Amino acid sequence: MNKHFSMIDQWPDKKKEGMDRRTFLKLASAAGLVMSLPVLNWSDGASVIAASGEDDRYVRKARYWKKLEHKQIKCQLCPRQCVIDDHERGYCGVRENRGGTYYTLVYARPVTYHTDPIEKKPLFHFYPGSMAFSIATAGCNLNCKFCQNWEISQVTPEQVNSFYMPPEKIAQMAKEYDAKTIAYTYNEPTIFYEYMYDTAEAGHREDVKSVVITAAYIEQEPIKELCKVVDAIKVDLKAFSDQYYKDVVHGELKPVLDAIETIHNQGRWLEIVYLVVPTLNDSEKEIKELSRWIMRNLGPDVPIHFTRFFPQYLLKNLPPTPVATLERCKAIADAEGLHYVYIGNVPGNPAENTYCPHCGKVLVERIGFTVRSMKIKNGRCPYCGTKIPGIW
Amino acid sequence: MDRRKFLKKSVLFGGTLWLPRILLPSDRISSSGKSRVVIVQDAKIFHNRHVDSDRLLNLLDLSMQTYFDVDVPLRAWRKIVHPGEVIGIKVNCLSGHGSTHKELVDAVVERLLQAGIRANDIIIWDRLNKDLEEGGFRINYKGKGPRVFGNDAVGFAPKLYVFGQAGSLLTRTITNLCDGIINIGLLRDHSIAGVSISLKNLFGAIHNPNKYHLNVGDPYIADVNAFPVIRQKVRFSIVDALEAQYHGGPAYMPQWRWKFGGLIVGRDRVAIDYTGWQIIESKRKAMGFRSLKEEGREPTYIFTASDSEHALGQSNPKMIETIKVTAS
Ligand code: SF4
Repeated sequence: MNKHFSMIDQWPDKKKEGMDRRTFLKLASAAGLVMSLPVLNWSDGASVIAASGEDDRYVRKARYWKKLEHKQIKCQLCPRQCVIDDHERGYCGVRENRGGTYYTLVYARPVTYHTDPIEKKPLFHFYPGSMAFSIATAGCNLNCKFCQNWEISQVTPEQVNSFYMPPEKIAQMAKEYDAKTIAYTYNEPTIFYEYMYDTAEAGHREDVKSVVITAAYIEQEPIKELCKVVDAIKVDLKAFSDQYYKDVVHGELKPVLDAIETIHNQGRWLEIVYLVVPTLNDSEKEIKELSRWIMRNLGPDVPIHFTRFFPQYLLKNLPPTPVATLERCKAIADAEGLHYVYIGNVPGNPAENTYCPHCGKVLVERIGFTVRSMKIKNGRCPYCGTKIPGIW
Repeated sequence: MDRRKFLKKSVLFGGTLWLPRILLPSDRISSSGKSRVVIVQDAKIFHNRHVDSDRLLNLLDLSMQTYFDVDVPLRAWRKIVHPGEVIGIKVNCLSGHGSTHKELVDAVVERLLQAGIRANDIIIWDRLNKDLEEGGFRINYKGKGPRVFGNDAVGFAPKLYVFGQAGSLLTRTITNLCDGIINIGLLRDHSIAGVSISLKNLFGAIHNPNKYHLNVGDPYIADVNAFPVIRQKVRFSIVDALEAQYHGGPAYMPQWRWKFGGLIVGRDRVAIDYTGWQIIESKRKAMGFRSLKEEGREPTYIFTASDSEHALGQSNPKMIETIKVTAS
């Protein structure tokens, strides 16, 4: 991912080099570059475009919070339940207490938009081969040590270049780009809940569906409400241990499991991704317990993807996950009776394909994010007629 | 001659007779291995609810001369800055009315100028332009006098600094623009971290302070202070304790503020924070409040900052030499 950090230099650096930045910006702007490129990179690795700055267009009254004494507020959107003084922001960095009222600062303020194959999310049982118009804002309510998008997720809205794109605009662009869905992804969409919610509604008015790519660290009421307006949710379940959630993710496991059950009970299409990090969450015991929990609480038909970790951000001292480890995880989950167990981030691995749990034939053949063949007809295996869960 | 002119002259010519004479052995800064913390107070610093600028400059000089055990303020300042350097002044403007007093910053600027720092080579900074403006500062990118701007104006250097549990980008004000930093924090309670004095003031240098308030800020506040650039560039800390807050911080809560009328200075910000914390605890006790420990927000990061991994200073009171001076 590009560097996204914004800055406005209006005076020379101590060590000045080349064209001054203001001149460059003017030239770039005149040439239309600023409008067409999300980010311009400088030689020192930092980036400049236009700072997001203060802009009331992005500020909306937040949902799910309550007033406390002395202008403090308590946010009730996610299980962190931040108590926030006047002028301060919550852990996610995108919600601010202004005089005892809580506001989101990222309404209509994506930092990036992109059209991705739905397989990249990954959602394998939801319109395979379709495109998802994907958006993200700044901020996150977790701080995973392996985050691959930390340059947008671990920053505040002012620190990153952004666009003004209200919900209707997103819906319209998704349609223009021929995207079947809008995906709320790259950072944690819980923290731009209001924007996501309104965009999902705007999308439906244009016949565009919505999918949420989330860590599901969210309170019960907001997730229930969200399920009413979105079509599918992919949950990144980071581990099956409290300790990992505490040490590596800075969150808790229990509320995530509760949210997963709620999504399932509300009838939204659900898939789970489990990033397998060598030595930290890959023990046989943990994978077995996870698989049993899924069987018990969600049933065998919820797909699970064991994906490969690559060293990133604050977790650079570990090697990439050996493919053999991923295959062992899959074998454990298969043995527990789960029907759709995938391996991710290993292009060409046979476990990228969807197989009929009854006759074992390949139903959807994939390489990386590309769907090579799609054989499911009317939601059933064309060979044996078994119903294949998903939205096809 | 008005008092300010007299003060200016006294800096240049050593005329400091108006200061109380303090007899200190010359080696008290380091030979004992103790960290020196100087607390100066002036009961008359407020005049009709406003800070008396002349008395404040006097008080600042008193603190610096006491700390460095020198006769003239200039000699003290020359121990921390050198002509030709770019010096940042990190203020704290998060509390609106309870922000760093501009009069104190003006006094520091005056002494920096006299110590040979060019006006335009002084940078007064905090997180956001907006915060600085709410704290009474005028944004100045290029005009005459000290420059004033927030991190949002200069952005963050692309290198990710990692120490312990913290990983952050640092404002370019620290990494690229300044040779040294004077750290001017406040003496106040903090509803999450227990207290926010000089160590926590440097959260204003990182891009993600909102991530590091977990567990009373421990070990994150210590970790951030241990980033090599911060460790190397923060030269001196001055705590604006003219008014302090013993409860309800960091937001400005007039009902829990008191006029301490002082400054706390030193090189060792761990020792400063330990000392400031004790002052806040005493005040809380006097006002009938529970201790921070009883409230589940004991600022344990102060101890972490002094452990062998961080080695940022002293949190053991036996290793802190506190000198209290009252201005006459
Ligand atoms: S959504 Fe943000 S402010 Fe609200 S509780 Fe979660 S982290 Fe805190």
